[in-house]
Amino acid sequence: MNIQFNDETFRDDYSFKNSQRAIDRFPFPFHEDSYMYSVNMEQHQGGPVDSVYEKRFDVDEHYVSEMRDREMVLADDPLRCQSLPHMTLAGWDLLELIMVSKSEDYPELFELHREGANWHWINKPLGIDDRFVFMDDTTLPYGPMEYITRQTQGDFCVLDQREENLWMDAGIVTTQADWSLDFDIGMNFFEWHAPVPLAHEKGIFKRALKFLLNIQQGAPARRLNWTMTVNPLLDTSPENYHKWGVQKMSLTPQNLAEKQYLRVELQTFFRLPRSNALVFPIRCYLMSFKDIVSKPKWGRRLHRVVRDIPEELATYKGFIDNRPMMLEFLSRYDDGLPTSFGVWPDSHTEPALIESTS
Amino acid sequence: MSTFNFPESIRSRPVYGTLQAQVGKSHLMIADAHGAEAVLEMAAKEPAMMAQSHIIYIPKGTQFGLQIQALKPAQYYEGPSYAAAVSRIKRVLSDAAMGLQIYLSGTEGLIGQAQYEVMQAGFDYTAIQTEHRGSVARRMQCVHCKGITEDVMIDPFQCSHCGLNLFVRDHYSRRLAAFQGVCIDAEEPGNVPLSVELYS
Ligand code: HEM
Repeated sequence: MNIQFNDETFRDDYSFKNSQRAIDRFPFPFHEDSYMYSVNMEQHQGGPVDSVYEKRFDVDEHYVSEMRDREMVLADDPLRCQSLPHMTLAGWDLLELIMVSKSEDYPELFELHREGANWHWINKPLGIDDRFVFMDDTTLPYGPMEYITRQTQGDFCVLDQREENLWMDAGIVTTQADWSLDFDIGMNFFEWHAPVPLAHEKGIFKRALKFLLNIQQGAPARRLNWTMTVNPLLDTSPENYHKWGVQKMSLTPQNLAEKQYLRVELQTFFRLPRSNALVFPIRCYLMSFKDIVSKPKWGRRLHRVVRDIPEELATYKGFIDNRPMMLEFLSRYDDGLPTSFGVWPDSHTEPALIESTS
Repeated sequence: MSTFNFPESIRSRPVYGTLQAQVGKSHLMIADAHGAEAVLEMAAKEPAMMAQSHIIYIPKGTQFGLQIQALKPAQYYEGPSYAAAVSRIKRVLSDAAMGLQIYLSGTEGLIGQAQYEVMQAGFDYTAIQTEHRGSVARRMQCVHCKGITEDVMIDPFQCSHCGLNLFVRDHYSRRLAAFQGVCIDAEEPGNVPLSVELYS
C-alpha cells in the first residue's frame, strides 16, 4: 500500500479531509443499533487487510499532518508530555516496540538497523535519520517516549503496574477527548476514570482492570471508544476548552453534515518487556457525518444510536445540546430498514442511499 | 459543630476519617483552623501521646492556639500560613524515623498539601490519618492557566490568576492537592450563572 500523505490542518481553516480509502476503512464503532458502555475488549492480532486493525500501529494518510499538529500543541504547552522519573525504562520499551513494529509492518516507510546498542532509525515520511545508543538518554533529542511518540499517531499513556492497579505515570496527550494528562498524571485506574458516568456502578472498570493487569507481552488487546467533535479538531483539550468550546455553538442545520464529526478512538494495550508497564495508545479517527451517511448502514445505525443513547452519556460526551440538530439530519438517512450485525458497512451489497426528501 | 458529611461523590474525590491515636514512637500532627478540634479530641482520649508529639498548626484566624499549646506537645509550631509552614514540614519529614505516625486535620487544602509532602517523603498515603474539620472551601486548579486558587467557597468562581469564570468539579488530583476548575462560559461567552455557596 502506497500511502499519499495529506497536507492538511486540524485547526483554523480545518483543511482536514478523508479520502475514499479513509472512509472505507473508518473504524465505525457500533456493532448494533444501540450503545452502552461495556468491557468491549478483544485481542489485537491483526484484522482484515487494509483495515485499521491490520497493523500494530496504523499509519494512514493523516500521519504527517497529525505529527505537525502535535508539534504545535507541544510548543504551546509542554505539559502535554510528562513522564515521572521512574518511567524512563518504560519509555525505552515503548520506543523499541514502535520502531520494531513499524519497520516490520511498513518497511517502505520505516527502517531500523541495530548493531548491539547502536541503533539507526530512518523515518522516511518525516525525513528523520537518527543514530543513537539504545538505553542512553543522552543520545536522543528528547526522552525516549517523547522522541518516538512525536513520530507516531495517537496519544499514549504509559501505565506503571503496582499494588494490583495501573498508575498513569507517563504520557503524551495532544488528541484527547477532553481530559488533562497534567491533571491526571499519577492517578490510578479508578481515579482517572472517576468522571465517567454509569460505568463504575456497572462494575465495568473493575472487570476491565482485571483484564488489563493480566495482559501478557506479545498478546496485545484493543477496544473502541467514541465521542462527538465539532470541526476536525484534534486537540479538544480541557486546557484549551475556553478557546474551542464556542465552536460547538457554530453548528447549523446547513453546515452540520460537514462540521459535525464522529470521533473514534482505537485503543490498544501492550505489555512492555523490561519495565512490565502497560502502554495504552489512543488513536483518534475523525469522520464527518456527511461521509458516514455515504454508507447506508452506518447512517441508519448512527441515527438510532444518537437517538437512543442515555442522557448521561450524551451529556458526558458533550453533545446533548446539539443532539436534536444531529437527529434532524441523521433521521433523513434512516429508512427504518433493519441493519446487519457487526461494524462493517456492507458496501458491496448496498449502494449509497439517495437522500430521501421527508 | 465543625464536622461536615460530604455527600457521596466520584472515585477521585478524597474521603476523610476520624483521627485515631496509633501506636508509635513519635507523632506528627499538622492542622489548620478547626482541625485543632480533631487534635484536641484525640489528645483527650490519649493524653500520653503528647510527650512524643510534634504539632504544626496554622490558625487561619481561629482561636485554638492556646488550647493546643496547653496539651504540652514535645514540639509546637504555629505558622501564619501553609506556605510559610511547608519548608518546616518538609524538614521534619526528611528525617522522620521509622514508626512516625502522621495525623492531618482541617481544611481539604491543608490535608491535601500536607499529604502530598508526606507521600513525597516516602510514606504511603493510606498510612496517614486524616480528618476534615471546618470550612468546606476547596483548593482549585484552573485547568486553563494552571494557577491555584485557595479557599474557594463558591461555584462558579473567578480564577485568581487568569480571571476566567470556572465551575468547581469533584475531580481531584492528589499530586496537585487540588480540585479541577473548568471554564463555565466557554460555549456561550458571558453566560455565567450566579455563584452559589458550595454544598448550599
Ligand atoms: C489503562 C488504560 C486506560 C486509560 C489510560 C484510560 C483513560 C481514560 C481517560 C483519561 C478517560 C477520560 C476520563 C475523564 O472524563 O476525565 C477515559 C474514559 C473512559 N474509559 Fe478509559 N482508559 C483505559 C482503559 C479503559 C478500559 C480497558 C475500558 C473498558 C471498559 C475503559 C473505559 C472507559 C470509558 C467507558 C470511558 C468514558 C468514555 C466516553 O464515554 O467517551 N477505559 N479513559
